[in-house]
Amino acid sequence: MPNPNRQLSVKHLLGIKYLQETDIDLIFETADHFKEVINRPIKKVPSLRDITIANIFFENSTRTKLSFELAEKRLSADVLNFSASQSSVTKGETLIDTVNNILSMKVDMVVMRHPNPGAGVLLSKHINAAIINAGDGAHEHPTQALLDSYSIRERLGDVAGKKVVIVGDILHSRVALSNIYALKLQGAEVKVCGPKTLIPKHIESLGVSVETDLRKALNWCDVANMLRVQNERMDISYFPSTREYTQLYGVNMDLLNSLDKDIVIMHPGPINRGVEITSEVADSNQSIILNQVENGVAIRMAVIYLLASKIK
Amino acid sequence: MSQKVLLSEKEIHIILHRLACQLLESHLDFSNTVLIGLQPRGIFLAKRLAQILQEDYKVKDIALGFLDITFFRDDFRRDGKTLTANKTQIDFLIDSKKVVLIDDVLYTGRSIRAALTALQSFGRPEEIELLTLIDRRFSRHLPIQPNYRGRQVDVIDHEKVKVCWKEQDGEDTVYLIN
Repeated sequence: MPNPNRQLSVKHLLGIKYLQETDIDLIFETADHFKEVINRPIKKVPSLRDITIANIFFENSTRTKLSFELAEKRLSADVLNFSASQSSVTKGETLIDTVNNILSMKVDMVVMRHPNPGAGVLLSKHINAAIINAGDGAHEHPTQALLDSYSIRERLGDVAGKKVVIVGDILHSRVALSNIYALKLQGAEVKVCGPKTLIPKHIESLGVSVETDLRKALNWCDVANMLRVQNERMDISYFPSTREYTQLYGVNMDLLNSLDKDIVIMHPGPINRGVEITSEVADSNQSIILNQVENGVAIRMAVIYLLASKIK
Repeated sequence: MSQKVLLSEKEIHIILHRLACQLLESHLDFSNTVLIGLQPRGIFLAKRLAQILQEDYKVKDIALGFLDITFFRDDFRRDGKTLTANKTQIDFLIDSKKVVLIDDVLYTGRSIRAALTALQSFGRPEEIELLTLIDRRFSRHLPIQPNYRGRQVDVIDHEKVKVCWKEQDGEDTVYLIN
């Protein structure tokens, strides 16, 4: 019988970097149970009735915000939504002041997205509430990495020993960094693939290898996680044209069919159809993109539940 | 810490057959009845009863499910521990069915209260009954009583009743630990 006294080793989810392998196991097991819950006729449990959660988004988001909000509501938490464009932040209020004002309304947990790397860590040092990082600049996006690994585990049975290639804009991607940490922690092999200009220097120090030839990378891997080119974060041109990017780093059915084996295709969304992957690939049997979205709710329920249980 | 045997393997065997007969008496062919064992330890009792009904009394197609109540408990965040869940497996609808909830020990009644709420997520049953192997008579916190009981015992608060099953613990015995 599993040890009933297990709990997370952390009080906040600021990044995968701060987690241990046992934390990921516990989150995945809990997510299995919540996945069963969200497939019941009545998809709600009363666990977090007395918990209030503020979703604070200083940067645009559709899927992550919806997914968090749904997860919170499925757990019966009270939810406050706050987006920076309509707030006093535009009047010059600091981050800590903004959040402290919200907390004085007796909020127990904060889910925050912020354009600056480390915003969550800064906040955790100054305020008294559990914090979940929903993306901080190009740094980390831990719940995305957890749901990605969870989806791999669901499709392939295990993450350990699997070969995963992350393709595209590694430089601007928080999804890439969190995924590298999460996959390495669980014993997967990780490669990154993309134009040299979009691969950070010294990335090998994280224990990943670099491949610039997409076909070689795909032939090597079991899973390809296709990232979006983040045009909004690009201050200069990193490649000559979108068309050239697609020719060198886009995946289409011809390329997939020419590989030795069937690989799993993932994408954290939003997809630029026809750029990093074609519509046929996104909608094919090898794609688990919609499973990722469904699993996102279960994973976020698990993280929120486990962190909430540590709130005094 | 000392322990004494409340029920031996032979007594458990007799009680299980009696409980199966009592269930048969009220539910006949079980066509509109479902058995739900409570996680983590009620599932062994539920499986045994289903097995006896099928093998010894030739009841066909017993609907057997397992319900985990962790997310419906009323002690979330009470003692600083994380409550970890077990698997719920109910592969049928319980709408308009007669449900028999099955657990090993009835004590405060709080688990059963949580189970009654949890069951609502799976439909509106016609009725819900409760079957427990051991009914601890004292210190019920809620007005909950079993419809079928294996043995009623008088046990005070600091004592513990432990039900051991062959599948899990290697023997069928009920101990009183104090």
